[in-house]
Amino acid sequence: MAKYNSAKCAKSERIELLKADLFATSPQIEADRAVLLTESYMQTEGEPMVLRRAKAFRNILEKMPVTIRPNELVVGAATVSPRSCQIYPEFSFSWLEDEFETVATRSADPFYISEENKEKLRKVFRYWKGRTSSELATSMIVPEARLAMEHNVFTPGNYFYNGVGHVTVQYDKVLRIGYRGIIDQVNRERGKMNVGDADYCTKSALLDAIEISCEAAITYANRYAALARELAQKESNAKRREEFLAIAENCSRVPANGAKSFWEACQSFWFVQMLVQIESSGHSISPGRFDQYMYPYYKADVDAGKITRDEAQELIDCVWIKLNDLSKCRDSASAEGFAGYSMFQNLIAGGQDANGEDATNDLSFMCIDATMHVMLPGPSFSVRVWNRTPHEFLLRAAELTRTGIGLPAYYNDEVIIPSLMSRGVSLEDARDYNIIGCVEPQKSGKTWGWHDAAFFNMLKPMEMVFSNGKLEGVQVGLKTGELDSFQTFDEFYGAYRAQTAYMISLMVNACNAIDVAHAERCPLPYLSSMIEDCIGRGKTPEQGGAIYNFTGPQGFGIANVADALYAIEKLVFEQKKFTLAELRDALDANYGKVSDKEAETITVGVVTELSKNGIVVNEDKVAEIWRAVKDRSKNPRYAEIREMILAQDKFGNDIAEVDALARDAAYSYTKPLLQYRNPRGGQFHAGLYPVSANVPLGAQTAASPDGRFAGTPVADGVSPSAGMDVHGPTSAANSVSCLDHGIASNGTLFNMKFHPSALAGDSGLENFVALVQTYFEMKGSHMQFNVVSRETLRDAQKNPDQYRSLVVRVAGYSALFTTLSKSLQDDIINRTEQASF
Amino acid sequence: MDNNSVVGRIFDIQKFSTHDGEGIRTVVFLKGCILRCRWCCNPESQSFRIQRMKTANGTRVVGYDTTVGDVMQQVVRDMPYYRRSGGGLTLSGGEALCQQEFVTALLTEAKAKGINTAVETTACLPFEMIEPQLKLLDTVLMDIKHINSEKHEKFTTMKNELILANARKIAESGTHLIIRVPTIPTFNDTEEEIRDIARFAASLPGVNEIHLLPYHRLGYDKYMGLERDYGMGDLPTPNAEKMERLRRVAEREGLKAIIGG
Repeated sequence: MAKYNSAKCAKSERIELLKADLFATSPQIEADRAVLLTESYMQTEGEPMVLRRAKAFRNILEKMPVTIRPNELVVGAATVSPRSCQIYPEFSFSWLEDEFETVATRSADPFYISEENKEKLRKVFRYWKGRTSSELATSMIVPEARLAMEHNVFTPGNYFYNGVGHVTVQYDKVLRIGYRGIIDQVNRERGKMNVGDADYCTKSALLDAIEISCEAAITYANRYAALARELAQKESNAKRREEFLAIAENCSRVPANGAKSFWEACQSFWFVQMLVQIESSGHSISPGRFDQYMYPYYKADVDAGKITRDEAQELIDCVWIKLNDLSKCRDSASAEGFAGYSMFQNLIAGGQDANGEDATNDLSFMCIDATMHVMLPGPSFSVRVWNRTPHEFLLRAAELTRTGIGLPAYYNDEVIIPSLMSRGVSLEDARDYNIIGCVEPQKSGKTWGWHDAAFFNMLKPMEMVFSNGKLEGVQVGLKTGELDSFQTFDEFYGAYRAQTAYMISLMVNACNAIDVAHAERCPLPYLSSMIEDCIGRGKTPEQGGAIYNFTGPQGFGIANVADALYAIEKLVFEQKKFTLAELRDALDANYGKVSDKEAETITVGVVTELSKNGIVVNEDKVAEIWRAVKDRSKNPRYAEIREMILAQDKFGNDIAEVDALARDAAYSYTKPLLQYRNPRGGQFHAGLYPVSANVPLGAQTAASPDGRFAGTPVADGVSPSAGMDVHGPTSAANSVSCLDHGIASNGTLFNMKFHPSALAGDSGLENFVALVQTYFEMKGSHMQFNVVSRETLRDAQKNPDQYRSLVVRVAGYSALFTTLSKSLQDDIINRTEQASF
Repeated sequence: MDNNSVVGRIFDIQKFSTHDGEGIRTVVFLKGCILRCRWCCNPESQSFRIQRMKTANGTRVVGYDTTVGDVMQQVVRDMPYYRRSGGGLTLSGGEALCQQEFVTALLTEAKAKGINTAVETTACLPFEMIEPQLKLLDTVLMDIKHINSEKHEKFTTMKNELILANARKIAESGTHLIIRVPTIPTFNDTEEEIRDIARFAASLPGVNEIHLLPYHRLGYDKYMGLERDYGMGDLPTPNAEKMERLRRVAEREGLKAIIGG
């Protein structure tokens, strides 16, 4: 007999009401948090930073508005208006001040902001000048790294502008003992300390800060209890009145105490989930193994007959709705890279437990069904797959895939567990992994993983090989030699590896500077209460309090690099169809496709270069250069060179020679990174995924030797270049499985788009599951799917109003299609359609 | 001669095919056909000649000669998927069985490697050309398009007596046989017509499955590309409710009836 009940539960009518309310208004920027934070900071100058942070957190939670939305069973809202955001000036603020007038109308993730809130924020921003973590980080990054950042070789903007986030806290601990229990733990730790201890002052400050933070969380929940009681008194509907009273009872018990029912557990979970995101602006606060830590409360209630399975499902669905209520405003450039208002709250079901036994339970299925009911991008829903995953579970997941919502993402235990162990994670902890954000595995409650540390554009070092280290005329990289000095393909490839390795060292410098800035200016005492072993070590996660410490910056463009190297090996060195210099000219001329705007950029580059060398450039000379640029681009040879390149074999078609080169090329990024350490004593390790940054960062990337035009998107994750895989999903998967996914222990991302017909009928689901399992048998790590038709997407572009709830999986997360920028929409449409009729 | 060097003429190899037999399959499309069905969605398959066809991305040569060895090299790449899904190799066309020597060699090599084999056939050829392949085939997917021979001829250019007789012989041979019915408006999409086909199929020993393949217009561009008229005009594709109704009709004859493959 199965260990679980997989029967589908009914969808409550409440869910559509909650959803309608969520989307009734546009997202807004609210000022309360920023104002209250600043108010507190101004009163605590001179105290230890960690205490100042705790007191500010308390001030926010004592005074910010509390809101219960219509029909809610699980309450707690970070903003008065749904899907809105608070502001976190302690990390950075000037970008927002600069964008006040455009943030409501920008193409990616617009937020409305009132004149009143602009005024409030302007006032508090004055205080923050010179006090932010980003300013401190900037002052510590070496000039060479800053230069590389200016030229978009890598972009650590995520943590530069924002909190770090990317964590799964000990939800289970709060569910079990509540914040009262954690305060007891703090007191026990105090009992072990002596004023003469070397770390006494820092540790006691942190313990005080943790206690203040936990008390603040309890106070905040009590404010909700009071509000619910007040609403109950006014409520005329008897059933809703009962609900308000139950909500009041729940909020007065949790998260102060351990949860006594499934409803309390859901409420407690939600307070934790939201409060972590009020303390800091870091995103990817990932609930992780919700089906595991919630199960005891579900089982106890169902066994005791206190709750029906339908009622439990309704509560889970309510939590899912709440996860879509949180939002975050990013600067316009980052908004393009993370488009879709996504918070990357990754929640994962299934897989094995710490003892290596299958962990699938009732809730694993109910999580799938919750996403099916709610049909919204949050949570970023994932499933773990291993050799003993019940087939029934995979079929249910496939049913969800078939809806076209772009969820779940599938993860392979058989690759991820040994991969984590190779980084020092224990067997038990590795088996208990969950996913952070897009694709990054970690052990919950023990890790400060810095998972999304930076984007590294793997094509930029290639560009620098062609220019002896220069970008836009500036010496950014190493001098690896003039092009005619490369006599063999290996010499050329060696230069690429050298440029990459140097850029990696600069990226590490930038990441570490930002890491230090967070530890100094924005330590997080509330988070410290739920990360082992912050209390024992007396350190916040930023300061090295966590058991496992990593920094994981992600490379992207592996398919472009592989295709480029292969074309160069074949056409330049083996067949001698053209020289590297000819290829460089073709690239400079964008293969003969140069718009006036591009010609202008090139001209400016040349003029800058000449001026630097002391050559005077007058107007006539500029016009002459411009003409030369335009004329040169007309050379038919360039288009010819591109045709030859495009005719070469490409990654993604199951061709052994190209795939082997791709595997090796990926090592040029993943291997050198491993030698570096972060200030918390942890290791750097690579991810291979781009979120959606392959589009905006592609826009800043010159033409590449794989035949890609300047400014067009770079390949997505470890997926083949868009449109280059022409032999269907099995061939693409065979190629991608040739990469070493294990060494990229911060995750790899393989995106595949299906026409719905490929999944039609029972056999469609079976074949789909077989495809996933086979890719996993071949040691792939992650897979995600878009099941939509091209026509649907085109129509959605034309008539966004009719497709408001159309969710599309964009590189590691799901987003509402109509909220994406035009260029990203086009990218999604152009991905090879793996239709199968 | 060594099997691997036997030459055949094909026009496509399509991987991850999921509607041409059990599981995930690789379909090899052989060139040349006996029938000229008006609705055919692969008009480039009909002539054995190598042709030029205009497409949105320029003119394409349709059809090439290749060896069993080269085809097998492609086919084995997806072995892990076949094993997981119960899939394998499917020969399609055109009428695959016209290229007898090539088909025998290809199926022999596939069986030697433990690959599940299937063929999609019109069965409109002498049984002597079919029989030698049966022992190399795990599944035969054959069309029965109409029971009325005159109507069959009108829409496909050939009468159906040979086809019906072959269906029985294949069934009697014990090879797993599935009957497929391209369901074409104005041709065979009434409940009576489908019932007659299903009744015949159910009368064949060992046959218990029938697939109704709804008419679609996806071949239209190819007719234009080959500078041919599209024989079906603006005929609408059958809707889901109608297909479901027909499916139930087929099911009533005691068969497992599926829409699509």
